[in-house]
Amino acid sequence: MSNLLTYIIFLPLVGGILIFFYNREKIRAIKVFGIAISVLTFILSLFLYFGFDAANPGIQFQHKVLWISGLNISYNVGVDGLSLLLVMLTTFLTPIALLSSWKSIEKRVKEYTIMMLFLEVGMLGVFSSLDMFLFYIFWEAMLIPMYFIIGIWGGGNRIYAAIKFFIYTMFGSLLMLIAIIWLGYYASTQPNGQFTTDLLQLYSIGPTIPLAIQSWMFLAFTLSFAIKVPLFPFHTWLPDAHVEAPTAGSVILAGVLLKMGTYGLLRFSIPLFPQATLEFMPYIAGLAVIGIIYGALVSMVQTDIKKLVAYSSVSHLGFVVLGIFALTEEGIQGAIIQMVNHGLSTGALFLIVGMIYERRHTREISEFGGLAKVMPIFSTIFMIVSLSSIGLPGLNGFIGEFLILLGAFRSPYMSQWFTIFAATGVIFAAVYLLWVYQRVIFGNITNPLNQNLLDLSKREIAVLVPVLVFIVWIGIYPNTFLKQSASTTKQIVTIATQKPLPRLVTTEQSVKPENTQGK
Amino acid sequence: MIQFTPYIVLLPFLGFLINGLLGKKINSEKLSGLIGSGAVGLSFLIALSILLEMLKSPVEERTHIVTIFQWIVAGSLDVAAAYQIDQLSILMTLVVTGVGFLIHVYSIGYMHGDKGFWRFFAYLNLFIFMMLNLVLANNFLLMFLGWEGVGLCSYLLIGFWHDKKFDTGGYKPGEATTSDAAKKAFVVNRIGDFGFLIAMFLIFNLFGSLTFEDVFSRASAIIPIGDETMFWITLLLFLGATGKSAQIPLFVWLPDAMAGPTPVSALIHAATMVTAGVYMVARCSILYALAPASMEIVAIIGIATAFFAATMGLVQNDIKKILAYSTISQLGYMFLGLGVGAFASGIFHVMTHAFFKALLFLGAGAVIHAMHEEQDIQKMGGLKSKMPTTYKTFFVAALAIAGIPPLSGFFSKDEILWKAFSQGSYLFWILGWITAGLTAFYMFRLVSLTFEGKERWSHEKHPHEAPKVMTIPLIILAILSIIGGFVGIPHALGGGNAIEQWLEPIFARANLHLVSGHHGSLTAEYLLMILSVLVGVVGIYFARKLYLEKPELVEKFSASFRSIHKLLWNKYFVDEVYDAAVVTPIVKGSDKLLWKGFDVKIIDGIVNGSAKVTAWISSWMRKIQFGAVQNYAMVFVVGIIVILGILIFR
Repeated sequence: MSNLLTYIIFLPLVGGILIFFYNREKIRAIKVFGIAISVLTFILSLFLYFGFDAANPGIQFQHKVLWISGLNISYNVGVDGLSLLLVMLTTFLTPIALLSSWKSIEKRVKEYTIMMLFLEVGMLGVFSSLDMFLFYIFWEAMLIPMYFIIGIWGGGNRIYAAIKFFIYTMFGSLLMLIAIIWLGYYASTQPNGQFTTDLLQLYSIGPTIPLAIQSWMFLAFTLSFAIKVPLFPFHTWLPDAHVEAPTAGSVILAGVLLKMGTYGLLRFSIPLFPQATLEFMPYIAGLAVIGIIYGALVSMVQTDIKKLVAYSSVSHLGFVVLGIFALTEEGIQGAIIQMVNHGLSTGALFLIVGMIYERRHTREISEFGGLAKVMPIFSTIFMIVSLSSIGLPGLNGFIGEFLILLGAFRSPYMSQWFTIFAATGVIFAAVYLLWVYQRVIFGNITNPLNQNLLDLSKREIAVLVPVLVFIVWIGIYPNTFLKQSASTTKQIVTIATQKPLPRLVTTEQSVKPENTQGK
Repeated sequence: MIQFTPYIVLLPFLGFLINGLLGKKINSEKLSGLIGSGAVGLSFLIALSILLEMLKSPVEERTHIVTIFQWIVAGSLDVAAAYQIDQLSILMTLVVTGVGFLIHVYSIGYMHGDKGFWRFFAYLNLFIFMMLNLVLANNFLLMFLGWEGVGLCSYLLIGFWHDKKFDTGGYKPGEATTSDAAKKAFVVNRIGDFGFLIAMFLIFNLFGSLTFEDVFSRASAIIPIGDETMFWITLLLFLGATGKSAQIPLFVWLPDAMAGPTPVSALIHAATMVTAGVYMVARCSILYALAPASMEIVAIIGIATAFFAATMGLVQNDIKKILAYSTISQLGYMFLGLGVGAFASGIFHVMTHAFFKALLFLGAGAVIHAMHEEQDIQKMGGLKSKMPTTYKTFFVAALAIAGIPPLSGFFSKDEILWKAFSQGSYLFWILGWITAGLTAFYMFRLVSLTFEGKERWSHEKHPHEAPKVMTIPLIILAILSIIGGFVGIPHALGGGNAIEQWLEPIFARANLHLVSGHHGSLTAEYLLMILSVLVGVVGIYFARKLYLEKPELVEKFSASFRSIHKLLWNKYFVDEVYDAAVVTPIVKGSDKLLWKGFDVKIIDGIVNGSAKVTAWISSWMRKIQFGAVQNYAMVFVVGIIVILGILIFR
């Protein structure tokens, strides 16, 4: 079991490589195989979930192998309460995304399936890397399949969108790379130190960096993550990427990829540079609040449903960032559960948009109206998912938003006005989602092309129902998931809010992780 | 019986699940109706037996907490899904399930033949479930679940016939559908919910808990009267209440909510959901007692709403809209009661109002049905011979709301007015007294134009009495409207005011902090009582005189006060003002400034601009470019390795 995590990460890679040997004409077999691999990955990850000890705040299922000895770089993976839920989200959404593209992807199915599986490897790697170099490889590697998914299977303006996506994120990650190297170098300047990219070691070194330098490092990391989130005003790649991406691409992009940004903030920016975090917190939280309101307002006036959902992500992720930088347990717990929630509800919204797009080949809101009459099952599911996204109590979205806002309100580091403004986002969310719902679903069928639309097929229902189960589950009994991240959250808060330690003590502590690695 | 408390809540939820998931397959109005009504009826019976048990037990043993499970645990927050049975919540539960049950039964007849019959009952049951969570919750967060949940059900039910045209009387003339009204209700409610949310944060910050008992006992023990945080908490909670209970400034959704099927108007927009705000403020009575400024605001908003809504009700012609304005107005009375510290009287009026207002709406529904969906009272008249039961019960309800003794409305409303007077709030009393006259007037204008006088409808319509399944609930509600007030007969009239005594322990903490002034003597109480009966009688007399005998005078009046008439007819142009001042600027601004301006022009301008510069630089670096992104990535990885290499071997 000690290598379980490695098996989970690389099973899709093996599956993808095996697909290379398939005859490209055997489309059905390729699809089935791809889904089977991703389902198997999900099943394996269940062992991770049930084997996880929630009481332990530290890394579990760690697998460490020295890789580049001169640089002290290792293949080092593991999960804690923060990454566990995101790993689960990834393995959960990938089969759903693959199943959703059963019909919509017609060209180059073989390459498509391979790309989706490779993408999963990248995402799982990002969420479980404990070595910064390894993290960086996964972080970059994941860009490539996503770039192709948008660029090959995307819509009309896909090349522009794909390049914009690529350049934007590349720009951010360059800065991060420099910061990673500098961090490793800084470690080597410590007494008895050597170059290292081991995250657990750097956790004790990072906080000792003088504030001036820490600030630059923090900014380099955080900018890279902020672009990925995306935090206002670095969000303009998102609507383009979403509009052009195929449905499954959007599901993964919104469901998982954006979380890599918020995950990065929690995994790197805050614990590595706690003093700088406190320094910059008001600005970042401020951008998050602007993003919440701005994203919602811009979302409201969109005429393209997919763009509307894309902008709503800017608003929702703003909540997550606000929760993270509240630096309180409630806020961070809320942020983690909200990452999952957003993956579920926005993922489902993109699936829903994809389903009507497949029927009508348009996403213009004005083309629809009165779909309740011909597609009652679709309308019901759309309603539930919208309500989840709106944050109706009893469904998942509320749990995250409430904890985030409560955590931010209680935060000793930020003004309560942040929360008050952020909470208005709750009102606007109701406006834009109910408005689009009304225009698409309610009323009489005004467009004759909608007269004979078919309601959801069994496959489409099968795609959506698992998501609905979790939407309700998290809303009614969130403790199943909250308890998994509780102790890790406590630890992050402790690290982030502790006073800077004298250097001597820190060096002693930095030895500790090495001692425990033998286990 | 206490251990059965969860079933009070769960039964309607079960009904929702059965009808919601299987209703279409069941495909039987009888069965769907039976499941829907049966679930609520059983809940009522359980609640009733709990009440009987409570009556037998000593006062201090009447509060029970039933915990179901831990709901949210994170950091210092630990909220349970737990219900609180006490004198207040059981009373509300009985009203919700009792009146709710009658309306369910009535709906079997009203919705007969509708293709969404099963869906309607599913929504109604979901509503009851949410409302019961609201009244039975033992903490703010679970209450908030019910609070937002009833808003959702209201949304679903207002827009139940989402393709139906709806005359808003204001915005979107001619093209609005019921779904516009539904959305408006949800969004306006959400503005109120925003206040509730922030209030919860403040409460949690101050007391470290969201459980009622913790918060109230700590508040009572440590918070001084006039505390500033407490002012904000209570004010923000009240903002929530103005949304849910349709008070100034958030009342605008309720008249439009009449777009829904009439039983919905009866259940949600008259008898139960809209009283949620009153219930919540009463529940938090201790917090309000510690914030006298908030109490003052509650009272002012209450009486102002009562008065203005009554004036708007004077000139409307839509039978349901008149009733909607009367609801807003009556809710205003309830808040006046709360604001002057007469919490028990506010709740008493919630109860009696539930009886007669449900009755009025259900009667109106029977009329609308009989008139083939006609709602304009100018096109009715003379229906009393065609629909005698509906007429008689409607008449009883109108007398009750007009405050004619010994009907229920008299006792509860008079109690509030008397409390306002005896606290020394004479202005409140005068406005309340005038409002009582206006109420009597517009209610009997409604009765006269609908049921009496000449028939003003085409004779292709053959109005006839509603079926028994609809009239029996009317009769039961009429009986309740008559006798419902007897539980609160004041001492001055030789009664024991049983309801005030029953609720006494709930408001004990608050009353401890309230300065109870008694400025009124027994003589004053009698005098005021006579005055308020008198104003009701005068209102009724004038309405009947004008609309039955001298209709030409009506024309004359409205002609000579044209501008006032226009102002009232257009509901003070509040909708139009909100639209111009809030809605349009936000929508236009978001579209033109934020999206097309900032997002597309500025941010993307910078991004694409820098891309152009890069392209220009790279146009002469082209020789070393491969032109494919995967190659860039390759170069990138190679680059990393080179840099790392330099670092190792430096």
